[in-house]
Amino acid sequence: MKRFLTVCGAACMVALWTSLAFGAGTIKIGGLFSVTGPASFLGEPEKKTLEMLVNEANAKGGVGGMKLEAVIYDTTGDATKAVQLATKLIKDDKVAVIIGPSTTGESMAVIPVVEKEHIPLISCAAGIKITDPAKRWVFKTPANDHVAAEKILNFMAKQRQKTIALLTVTDGFGASGREQIKALAARKGFKIVADEVYGPKDTDMTAQLTKIRGIKPDAIICWGTNPGPAVITKNVKQLGLKIPLYMSHGVASKKYIELAGSDAAEGIMLPAGKLAIYDVLPKSDPQARLLREYDHAYRKTYGMGASTFGGYAYDAFLLVTGAIKKMGPGTEQIRNGIEQAHKLVSVSGVFSMSPKDHNGLDLSAFEMVRIHKGDWSLLK
Amino acid sequence: MQFDQLLQYTLSGLATGAIYALIGIGFSIIYNSTGIINFAQGEFVMLGGMLTLFFLELLKLPLWAAIPCSVLASTLGGVLFERLAIRPLRQPTPINLVIITIGASILIRGLAMLLWGKDTHSLPPFSGDEPIAIGGATILPQHLWILGITVVVIVANKFFFYHTISGKAMRACAYNRRAAGLVGIDVRRMVLFSFIISSAMGSVAGIIVAPLTMTAYDVGIMLGLKGFCAAIIGGMSSGLATVVGGLILGVLESLGAGLISSGYKDAIAFIILLLILFIRPQGLFGKADTERV
Repeated sequence: MKRFLTVCGAACMVALWTSLAFGAGTIKIGGLFSVTGPASFLGEPEKKTLEMLVNEANAKGGVGGMKLEAVIYDTTGDATKAVQLATKLIKDDKVAVIIGPSTTGESMAVIPVVEKEHIPLISCAAGIKITDPAKRWVFKTPANDHVAAEKILNFMAKQRQKTIALLTVTDGFGASGREQIKALAARKGFKIVADEVYGPKDTDMTAQLTKIRGIKPDAIICWGTNPGPAVITKNVKQLGLKIPLYMSHGVASKKYIELAGSDAAEGIMLPAGKLAIYDVLPKSDPQARLLREYDHAYRKTYGMGASTFGGYAYDAFLLVTGAIKKMGPGTEQIRNGIEQAHKLVSVSGVFSMSPKDHNGLDLSAFEMVRIHKGDWSLLK
Repeated sequence: MQFDQLLQYTLSGLATGAIYALIGIGFSIIYNSTGIINFAQGEFVMLGGMLTLFFLELLKLPLWAAIPCSVLASTLGGVLFERLAIRPLRQPTPINLVIITIGASILIRGLAMLLWGKDTHSLPPFSGDEPIAIGGATILPQHLWILGITVVVIVANKFFFYHTISGKAMRACAYNRRAAGLVGIDVRRMVLFSFIISSAMGSVAGIIVAPLTMTAYDVGIMLGLKGFCAAIIGGMSSGLATVVGGLILGVLESLGAGLISSGYKDAIAFIILLLILFIRPQGLFGKADTERV
């Protein structure tokens, strides 16, 4: 019996010692990204970015004297899986904070879990529902879709364009954009004269555009991610439409120009996140340097350019490490630190959080650009 | 409703329909010699486009050389598929075969994703991209390529099936496998032939549409389904009926999107598919029991 107690005591001591050692030495950051599956274009760069940043930080001696450890799971874009993996991160891996998930659906599913367990979550999805209304433990880094929509409408107002034809993709991104533009347009005195949609895998949109041509709007706003908008751009050229065409921030990458061809893409206007256009930003822009460094580091590590989506994980990482430096490594401390982030310069924009605003970005997150000779040129 | 709008809908529909037709014929050729629906047909369309891109960009071949290379490589893929997955099957019941083709399509798509990534790619058009005006409507030179190549493929098909020994032997297998075997036709060889022809046609379709629709590892799913619709409308004939089926589908989609609502575009295709399967399973033009090749 006595011997048993000694063994128990020793075991307890060992357990206590190791947990202390880990507790003091490493901070675990959980990652939930849809690395494979339909949303892999989001999850893959997010995962790669987080891994790169954690390695970088550890090579420089960690954050606040502590090493970081990233525990990343692949949700495959499945909300049920995301919930299971979130629970696993919290219960088994005992992470201090979770970055992700990549899509709005998954984020909404995970929110009740982190609210109950009191673990800060920084979603990498754009849906406005995630932080509106603000939830105590939930933040997100991508700017709301309505910020991009507002950017376009403000620009249109300056051009005195009054009537809009909408052409949106029938997935979550398109549906959200369509809703936001309609709501904003009504408030700002625009008139929606056509409301057309297309499927994410559609290969020809001349029918919708022919219909729009008959209606003669002042401008067309297309809301979707590649390849749809590239097809539409080609179709517009084929039909010889002279109506100004605005795209969403969803195609703010050189890939879009490459797909549509610089000929067809000439004159297309869109709100772009600053990562896509950092080389045309003025020197005075606060983000210019950070964006260049991120892109170069990403190119060096993975042999390809950084994407806006990976940037969402970059933002989340900066928010977390900023909070740890300022407040400490506890979950409550990290949460408070994130909420107090003020003028934090990152990839998606300059974050200023508050208890009411758990996104922290405003109109300055985007710039209106026009495509000229296969490159971006800033619109003033 | 203006006339030039209607003309544009029709022209766009015909161009898209020709693509569906070309893919649809691939379905019916295999159906007729093996009795199975090859759900991997769409993947050969994808392979055509992606392999062309591979030969263009990584091996730096010119377009005229990359295209035949790509067709050859996809056809080789079709041969391997038949040899490794279809032929060794002990009990070739239709349901087993269909499930194998679905499995193969997932495998091919997965391999393509691993090899070439998830990005969408664009092929250069064969002969410029200056629109051609017809009446008040416009089409692209590439549309003419699509229509032209579809016609050539159909004519070549007709010639093969009615005027060559191998083609006639394949038709014999379609009528009656057992009897064809009894008169000395190597039925398994004909099955292999049908896979060769349909994978080659699928890849041709994939190549000629890629400059317009772009290509990615997952384009095969939707194009394959639409081609399947075309084949069903045409009653699984590998001749003119499927072509007309494809054209009807394309024009109805385009008119539906233009005149009714673009939200119902895909719904229109699949409602037609269901109606035909319920009401006229032998196809729009078929008699109750008809020759299939």
